[in-house]
Amino acid sequence: MTNQLVMYEEELQEINDVCERLHVDSNAKAVLVIDKNGQAMAASGEVEQLDVTSLSSLIAGNIAAAGGIASLLSEKEFAGQFHEGERTKVVYTVVDGRLILVVLFDERSSLGLVRLRVKRAGGELTTVLTRMLEKSASSATPNVLDEITDDDIDNLFND
Amino acid sequence: MSFINYSSREINCKIVYYGPGLCGKTTNLQYIYNKTNPEAKGKMISLATETERTLFFDFLPLSLGEIRGFRTRFHLYTVPGQVFYDASRKLILKGVDGVVFVADSQIERTEANIESLENLKDNLEEQGYHIDRIPYVIQYNKRDLPNAAQISELEEVLNPKKVASYEAVATTGAGVFDTLKAVAKLVLTELKRGG
Repeated sequence: MTNQLVMYEEELQEINDVCERLHVDSNAKAVLVIDKNGQAMAASGEVEQLDVTSLSSLIAGNIAAAGGIASLLSEKEFAGQFHEGERTKVVYTVVDGRLILVVLFDERSSLGLVRLRVKRAGGELTTVLTRMLEKSASSATPNVLDEITDDDIDNLFND
Repeated sequence: MSFINYSSREINCKIVYYGPGLCGKTTNLQYIYNKTNPEAKGKMISLATETERTLFFDFLPLSLGEIRGFRTRFHLYTVPGQVFYDASRKLILKGVDGVVFVADSQIERTEANIESLENLKDNLEEQGYHIDRIPYVIQYNKRDLPNAAQISELEEVLNPKKVASYEAVATTGAGVFDTLKAVAKLVLTELKRGG
């Protein structure tokens, strides 16, 4: 199996900071960071009304489908996508082949501004992600899974 | 690929229900959705055709409880079973932590079961997994139908390695949670072993 992705408090704070900065700098409604497999990692802005879990799964599915199309067309990948609704526009960008940076915006912002700010935020996320992966791979970091016993797992399924 | 979030104290895993067209993968998820407390589940998403055949995937986020202060969250996915959706099936297997193969017990579907299982093995290998080394269980669905094959026959054809298998009638829910619990337990055990 492939390695696990482990996120600690420090990295989450940094990712949240990147989200928050991007949210403000791009006049966005909301910013999400999603793992390419569809797990939501961080969110900023007007997210109370959003079903972040479902959005994450669908956007990851969309990115995966676009990746499949790119492959059929002998392209490495389609790095980003843009959806334009009546009220909400969505830009999402693959960061470092592993994360998806999603920006939801409306008439208060523009595609050009969002793309400009996303570029910088993508670079910052790459730095955090690299450190996260190094930490995940390092055996020096504590792992909750080491402490889990077979009884803990059995107890989870006791009716 | 599991995702462990120390900050929000969550362990996230992905389970995929695989099998031939109309074997009951979506019905499994619908039953789980209907029988789970609202606080333990998210919205069930079905990307289906107008005739309610799965087009891309069904998705159900589920919380199974806590281990050592960490919430265990499982993302359940189904694949589209129809043969020509193979490209979509490959995408959905990316990052998978555990697989349920839902077999259609009807004797007429034997060939379809075999073809789907071979397809699962091929697609897992394309993603760098091997069916013998991934948390994997089999569910024999539609046990209530009069044309259901004997379990011993199904086992012989579909389960030579004798992985855990469960009889089910997904429409009534029989065997559905047994299957889910079995694969979830295997996934957590594999994670603990350092998968």
